[in-house]
Amino acid sequence: MSVPVAYYLGLSAILFVIGVAGVLTRRNAIVVFMCIELMLNAVNLTLIAFSASLGSITGQALVFFAMAVAAAEAAVGLAIVIALFRNKQTVNIDDINVLKW
Amino acid sequence: MPHELVGLAVLAPLLGFLINGLAGSRIKREAVSGWIGSAAVGLSFAIAVALFVDLLGRPAGERTIVVTFLRWITVGSVDVWFAYLIDPLSILMMLIVTGVGFLIHVYSIGYMHGDPGFWRFFAYLNLFIFAMLNLILADNFLLLFLGWEGVGLCSYLLIGFWYDRKFEKGTTGDAAKKAFIVNRIGDFGFLIGMFLIVQTFGTLSFQGVFAQAAGMAAGTPVVLWITLALFLGATGKSAQIPLFVWLPDAMAGPTPVSALIHAATMVTAGVYMVARCSILYALAPVTMDVVAIIGAATALFAATIGLVQNDIKKVLAYSTISQLGYMFLGLGVGAFAAGIFHVMTHAFFKALLFLGSGSVIHALHGEQDIRNMGGLRHHLPLTYRTFLVGALAIAGIPPLAGFFSKDEILWKAFSGGHPALWFVGLLGAALTAFYMFRLVVLTFEGEKRWDATKHPHEAPVTMAAVLVILAVLSVVGGFVGVPASLGGGNAIEHWLEPVFAPAAGVLLEAPHGHDPVEYLLMALSVAVAAGGIVLARKWYLRTRGVPEELARRWKPAYTILLNKYYVDELYDAGVVRPLMGGSEHLLWKRLDVGVIDWTVNALARLVAWIGSMIRRVQTGVTGSYMFIFVLGVVAILGWLLLL
Repeated sequence: MSVPVAYYLGLSAILFVIGVAGVLTRRNAIVVFMCIELMLNAVNLTLIAFSASLGSITGQALVFFAMAVAAAEAAVGLAIVIALFRNKQTVNIDDINVLKW
Repeated sequence: MPHELVGLAVLAPLLGFLINGLAGSRIKREAVSGWIGSAAVGLSFAIAVALFVDLLGRPAGERTIVVTFLRWITVGSVDVWFAYLIDPLSILMMLIVTGVGFLIHVYSIGYMHGDPGFWRFFAYLNLFIFAMLNLILADNFLLLFLGWEGVGLCSYLLIGFWYDRKFEKGTTGDAAKKAFIVNRIGDFGFLIGMFLIVQTFGTLSFQGVFAQAAGMAAGTPVVLWITLALFLGATGKSAQIPLFVWLPDAMAGPTPVSALIHAATMVTAGVYMVARCSILYALAPVTMDVVAIIGAATALFAATIGLVQNDIKKVLAYSTISQLGYMFLGLGVGAFAAGIFHVMTHAFFKALLFLGSGSVIHALHGEQDIRNMGGLRHHLPLTYRTFLVGALAIAGIPPLAGFFSKDEILWKAFSGGHPALWFVGLLGAALTAFYMFRLVVLTFEGEKRWDATKHPHEAPVTMAAVLVILAVLSVVGGFVGVPASLGGGNAIEHWLEPVFAPAAGVLLEAPHGHDPVEYLLMALSVAVAAGGIVLARKWYLRTRGVPEELARRWKPAYTILLNKYYVDELYDAGVVRPLMGGSEHLLWKRLDVGVIDWTVNALARLVAWIGSMIRRVQTGVTGSYMFIFVLGVVAILGWLLLL
């Protein structure tokens, strides 16, 4: 017997909303970053679930791409955070407002 | 003989220009530069003679040859070719231009000796001959205009040849610019005329235009406008009222330039152009009257100014303007052949007079004021004799050249029903004789008034030989146009007859045959010329003080004449200053700075202001960016779901 696909989708939606809420409410750049990863993985979970239930390989292939991109993104993102910290001695995103005129 | 040789005649001076212009500074010896330039023009002259002999051998009806070289411009249905027209009129002009041009080139070898710009001078002169040949040999209006502009350019370059010298109130460059700009006004008329021709006839070639025009009725309005516009061009190039003001200032150039360009050849381009378009002018009686009146008025007007000028070249310059007026008077009364005849004789004696004055200036190391001359006949005997011949010729003493051509014009004016114009011409002739002999007496006779430190010497052989040749031409040049009433064949009129036949057919034929009045008028003009000469000799040589007395008694009139009727000042106040002032205060400071620049700056400021308002959206706070991003995603998703 298998788990119905709706369960997976529910879990995925919960994870995604947690991610969104984290991104919008947390002030620590590292935490915000982790929340973004959470959202990505929520989407990955959805893809895997549909792939299994439909018997198609396409979803799994896409997930590998997403993970590869996420790894690269993590590298770039962490590098930015380190560079920011070196310049500003903080990772609080409320104190980071240089992206303007 | 192959008529394609005419192409070589045109290109030879261009080649001379290129050699002297590109490599002239490396040619160390003056003689080489000078003779290259002269030989180029000499070759053109030889070809002109050969073509002339060839035409002589043909029957009168077959003397028109068009030599086509290559297609120049095609616009719509208008085709313009590099094509040269050889006919009695153009070959006559070609002989004058290359013949007199060659003599003046040779003269310049002596005159320009030691000038640092020696090779540059010959390069410009050659370029001038090239442009002038294009002007007179052109088979269409556009090629004529190319030559027309080319001679204008060379005139500009040569007036300003001594660009570092002072001239009157400014520099020679100012005189050159004046000539160029005044000519632009005339060229504007020429262009308008050409546009009208293309619109009306659909072609620019002489044959095409004239063939169609021959079928038109006299007094057609469009022909009136075409001829008036073209005549405006002629008044600029040929220094007629109202555009004559540049020619006296053109004397800033070296004297051979004044002789070649501003007396013998270029300034007659307007006369040639009107004669070439004789059929068009014949169809516009109003324009003919305008041409005749302007010509007569200019002849008298310039002669009165010439009476009181003290610069030897200025007197000759006003004399040139006056003589050009006679040519236009001839054209205007329908005596096209007589006008061209006067172009020829004038080229001989005016070139002679200018070159003679050049010899005097050369001998006195640049002195041009006749009040500082006098008594030079003993020091410059050859110059004196040749100058005297030129003066007698221009005064109209028979049997010298000027008598026949000027009298032909005056007779045609009288017999053509313009006795008033004839009288003006006669008055001008009397003044001409007077001012020419005032010049001769003050320059060559009486006691000397120049520094004892100066040692005037006769001109070198190249200059002297040219003076003699031109003097001979001034004596015998008139014999080609001896009227029938004096037992002559009037060869030049018959020679030009095929060219002017269509125009003559339109105009009322003047009565032929022996009219006793003609002899009377002839005697009268000789009498006034002789009277002018005698009076000038009496006043300036024997009884002293008369001119001073007259100047005192008629002070206002004298002042006006001395200041050339204040025409320059009038143009300055009426045209130049308003234009300059308008350009500066209205166009520059108000329109350009106040309107155009202001509008552009205001637009830039508006964009900057809008930007400064909108950039407040960019807070730079990452959190709010993310919030808006999420809102955007939700909005897009919601929109997709609702669809």
